[in-house]
Amino acid sequence: MSGIPHDHYEPKSSGEKWLHRRLPIVSLLYDTLMIPTPKNLNWMWIWGVVLVFCLVLQIVTGIVLAMHYTPHIDMAFASVEHIMRNVNHGDMLRYIHQNGSMLFFFAVYLHIFRGMYYGSYKTPREVTWIIGMLIYLLMMATAFMGYVLPWGQMSFWGATVITGLFGAIPGIGEGLQTWLLGGPAVGNATLNRFFSLHYLLPFVILGLVIVHIWAFHTTGNNNPTGVEVRRTSKEDAEKDTLPFWPYFVIKDLFALALILLVFWAVVAFMPNYLGHADNYIEADPLVTPSHIVPEWYFLPFYAILRAFTSDVMIVVVVNWLTFGIVDATFFGVLAMFGAIFVMALLPWLDTSSVRSGRYRPAFKMWFWVFIINFLVLTWVGAMPAEGIYTTIALIGTTYWFAYFLVILPLLGVLEKPTVPPSTIEEDFNNTVSKDGKGNGKRLDPEPIPAE
Amino acid sequence: MSIRKLALSAAAALSLGAGPAVAAGGVGEIIDFSFSFEGPFGSYDRAQLQRGLQVYTEVCAACHGLQYVAFRTLTQESGPALSPEAMRAYAATFEVFDPEMQEWRPADGPDHFPESAMETAPDLSLMAKARIGFEGPYGLGINQLIRGMGGPEYIASFLLGYDGREEMQAGAMFYYNRAYDGWVSMAPVLWEDGVEYADGTPATMEQQARDVAAFLMWTAEPHLGERKRSGLVGVIFLTLLASLLYLTNKRLWAPVKDAAKRKPKEA
Repeated sequence: MSGIPHDHYEPKSSGEKWLHRRLPIVSLLYDTLMIPTPKNLNWMWIWGVVLVFCLVLQIVTGIVLAMHYTPHIDMAFASVEHIMRNVNHGDMLRYIHQNGSMLFFFAVYLHIFRGMYYGSYKTPREVTWIIGMLIYLLMMATAFMGYVLPWGQMSFWGATVITGLFGAIPGIGEGLQTWLLGGPAVGNATLNRFFSLHYLLPFVILGLVIVHIWAFHTTGNNNPTGVEVRRTSKEDAEKDTLPFWPYFVIKDLFALALILLVFWAVVAFMPNYLGHADNYIEADPLVTPSHIVPEWYFLPFYAILRAFTSDVMIVVVVNWLTFGIVDATFFGVLAMFGAIFVMALLPWLDTSSVRSGRYRPAFKMWFWVFIINFLVLTWVGAMPAEGIYTTIALIGTTYWFAYFLVILPLLGVLEKPTVPPSTIEEDFNNTVSKDGKGNGKRLDPEPIPAE
Repeated sequence: MSIRKLALSAAAALSLGAGPAVAAGGVGEIIDFSFSFEGPFGSYDRAQLQRGLQVYTEVCAACHGLQYVAFRTLTQESGPALSPEAMRAYAATFEVFDPEMQEWRPADGPDHFPESAMETAPDLSLMAKARIGFEGPYGLGINQLIRGMGGPEYIASFLLGYDGREEMQAGAMFYYNRAYDGWVSMAPVLWEDGVEYADGTPATMEQQARDVAAFLMWTAEPHLGERKRSGLVGVIFLTLLASLLYLTNKRLWAPVKDAAKRKPKEA
């Protein structure tokens, strides 16, 4: 599949040849599994496999949960309790599904940040990046709708607040919101359609995941150096790469086992750690919870949404320029979706000719500030929108947009990058021999001077 | 059903809203009681659950309900573990409406506890999970691995949290509660020796509060014991699996890395 020269599947027996002429499915599987993969991939390249695992886990547990769940406002909460009490291991199923979404987002953020640091979005991998961003967007929609299904207080009020964002769009907003909800407020029609879509979207994600994998199998993996695999001959390519099976499958499975160890401990010992206690109270349209907080994985964007109050200078200016059409709420909505949109534009905003951040000293610094800023926005998103918190959120939001729209375009021009190694092989050999010296004297011990 | 209870019900029924139902999360003083079901190895204390059931029946049930809990689950081995006969006899003390027979009849094993008798009294089935007692350290809540989320601690602290202050607000009586850190419509319900425990345990107020809190943790999370046990099995299994995969991976990559280590010297 990939442009990297490598061995292809050769049908040997007559049965294999018979099938291969009619449907080359074994060939497809072989080429997918044996794809030449850069030798020097580090431990940040494990998240893709973790994410595929999460998707399968969520689909499998979700299908079983759907067998016992009732999407009706009078029965949804009770049916979840039925799952928790009467269904065999239903409580484990639900806790795995609930915490599985958290693992999913934890992994996707690390996966995205890895791509941002090592320039995995740069040519020729723009399509992989864009599809990845679409998957991320669909994940957010799926997770949001899934959170509504237990029909607890936070489900109901989260749905009310988030669909209210669409209502903030001038002109069409109110109609759009009614259309989304299937009525004037969050009700049975909303719950039903959210259930339907929550069941559908994971399969759309699955389709996009296949395209995502197809895309990077076409271009080949990026790697920590950002240097391309040599494609001049099969021999050269083999110096830079190893087949995905078994080298990376086993490595990824080891990492997955470690991650699942932590995951399982959370599920079994503190399953409600990342949830909201309010969601164990059945939805009540007459009682508003004191703090409506989304799940942690939405918090940075929730902070951006709430950062723009009507007294912020840019909101005042935009409000005046648009004759009052764009108010603070709508501005916040635009900022929130814009924050994700600028991420999708990364391949064209980053002007540097060096792919990997490892060889960009100035970029490194800004990148780590971006990560810290992300964590700060997560924290501030969980705080009440008042006092110092809105100021912090505003500063964080400014940095978010500045990073994509100002810093990255300028860095490519201003920064003086260091020189990446000429081949992946060179990088791999250097790293491995450095490790050897670090942790033991087995190979080539340094002469120890006598005292 | 004593006169005191009826009076309490009436007093509470008059005061609509403003109860603790609105707020999740302990803001007041939560006492960190220790419970047998805390920590990775925790499990329910059968005798405590039975005492808690007694407190629930004699005190809470006057106003509150447990609509998600079926009587049959009282026989659960890792729960209160009543005998089937005792469970049936207990269930029969409640009346349920039978939609098929269109009439009231004594409850049986498959039936659920009645819903709250009073509109303002929240259902208690899930109360121990709907409240958070503590969120430390630094609001990160990580110590719930050891101490739990503090739901039962909140309940016990709430029951013991009345400092005697009372106030008439808009024609209804309100009581100051330190655990809630505010005025609540529920009157204090526990008294020294307010119940007489079947197993002879001295019924101090604190004992009653802890027992009923433990019982309500069980109603909220009946499979806690099984869950923690499968957690232990899973952690051991995954540790083993991860170790084996680590060794496999190391061995698999060893020739590749050895070759790489030789390379720079040749060059």
